[in-house]
Amino acid sequence: MTEIAETPLPGVGVRHDFACDSNRRVGVVSHHSGRRDLILYDRDDPDRVAETVSMSSDEARTLGALLGGPSIVERFDDLRQQIVGLEIAWLPISSRSRLAGRPLGESELRTRTGVSIVALLRGETAIPAPGPDDVMRAHDVAVVVGTDDGIDEAARILSAPSS
Amino acid sequence: MIAASSGMAGLFVELGCILLGVALLGRLATRWGLPSVPLYLVAGLLIGDGGVVPIVPARDFIQTGAEIGVILLLLLLGLEYSGDELMGALRTGLPAGGVDLVLNFTPGLLAGVLLGWDVRAALLLGGITYISSSGIIAQLLGDLGNLGNRETPVILAILVTEDLVMALYLPLMAGLLIGGSAVTIVLEIGVALAVVAVALAIAVFFGHRVSKLVFSRSNEHLLLTLLGLALLVAGLAEQVQASAAVGAFLVGIALSGPAEHAARQLLMPLKDLFAALFFVFFGLQVDPGTLPPMLAVAALLAVLTAATKVATGWWSSGRAGISTPGRLRAGFTLIARGEFSIVIAGIAVAEGIESDIGPLAAAYVLMLAIGGPLAAKTADPLSRRLVSRERRRQVDSPVSRADT
Repeated sequence: MTEIAETPLPGVGVRHDFACDSNRRVGVVSHHSGRRDLILYDRDDPDRVAETVSMSSDEARTLGALLGGPSIVERFDDLRQQIVGLEIAWLPISSRSRLAGRPLGESELRTRTGVSIVALLRGETAIPAPGPDDVMRAHDVAVVVGTDDGIDEAARILSAPSS
Repeated sequence: MIAASSGMAGLFVELGCILLGVALLGRLATRWGLPSVPLYLVAGLLIGDGGVVPIVPARDFIQTGAEIGVILLLLLLGLEYSGDELMGALRTGLPAGGVDLVLNFTPGLLAGVLLGWDVRAALLLGGITYISSSGIIAQLLGDLGNLGNRETPVILAILVTEDLVMALYLPLMAGLLIGGSAVTIVLEIGVALAVVAVALAIAVFFGHRVSKLVFSRSNEHLLLTLLGLALLVAGLAEQVQASAAVGAFLVGIALSGPAEHAARQLLMPLKDLFAALFFVFFGLQVDPGTLPPMLAVAALLAVLTAATKVATGWWSSGRAGISTPGRLRAGFTLIARGEFSIVIAGIAVAEGIESDIGPLAAAYVLMLAIGGPLAAKTADPLSRRLVSRERRRQVDSPVSRADT
């Protein structure tokens, strides 16, 4: 995946930016107020923003949807700005996992690690906010939210092979 | 009260005229692409002692309004930053902050000493030349579309450290200004700094909890809580000689999360009103007749400290791996001085330790509040010219051409 640089802007918000294969650098300045600036860096002066498009959070979400971005990440970014230490991760369910074909509740993930599964990605579709009765299938990807340590532990549980 | 007394009538008429005048100047400032602070100062100069139309009844009200203005200025400044942001900026920006302090405090301090001033007045002048205007610079970064630039975090980190230095500097000066024996001064300053340290610690470690306590879904309740809290802490801080402004600043830092966001929106209009009164009041205390003798010194100091700010920005952004155009932008953007120089000068005027410091500060801030943004706008054209010259030179010499 593209490497995204995250830079805090004290008093303003946070900036995320990355270089495209086309050699242009693009980014987003997320203001504390919810405003988003889409920024495009100068070709000649890579430190300088050549073009800034200011958007309300609604407009930014629309653009995100048009670009096909997983809006879950964007919303999570808002959340992470407020809660230090919160992390998100994508954990694949391998076909050998003991939990493949099992309902979510059986993993007791939240009880054991404090980590929540906020969505299951299955091919092109996603099951947002799955309940304990929703079944995990092999090759699903679980989007989980929790602390760094919790996520490590959750990854171990989810990938544990059936005995 | 149904019929306002004639005194009230005079007050209303004067206040109304002043606010309308300030509003008009603000509009002009926007049209000319200037920050409003210098024009508010000019308004104050015109209606103050020795001005064109000196005001009488509204003066007391403006004075109180000005004091509240300082508190709100600092409260909103504190609200800009969360404890985490302060700590983050400190971790990465300490060397730059140190260079900034040495390069820009020294000229003011030396100038004060050379002018034969009291040491405390010289220290205040150092503060005036040291602190950049975060208000003007934030506006400038937005207007020029530079918020996403790679040198911008460097600029912001410098502004954050400056504000933190203020939190230590103001109580220090307050302690020095009370005077007394060396022991009492040290004691006063010690107590004040301890209070600041405790408040900062609360802000950094328990900010979220404080914020949760203060937050209310009702705007009315939130506004009253915030104002009450800020005034109360400011008053208490003043009592332990930590300066009211610092108290308000710490309240601002302690609040984060939902309270912070709502607070900014609620307090912004109040700040606009009272901060305008504050700048007007400062101008009002300065007799325009005392300005001309100070112009030469102010201009000299302005040129010198503009250069030292450029050097600060140049050096610190160079450290962050920014190339020439960005380094120039960082330097030129930092030149602007404004509200906080006036806050410091206001202390000097209120204490009456040096009669020249008011007019000098007024002239100095007028020059750099107007000159700073203008200079920042020339940074890019300037570097383009530099770069094209560089290119020509590279074309001339085949060796360096092969390098690129």
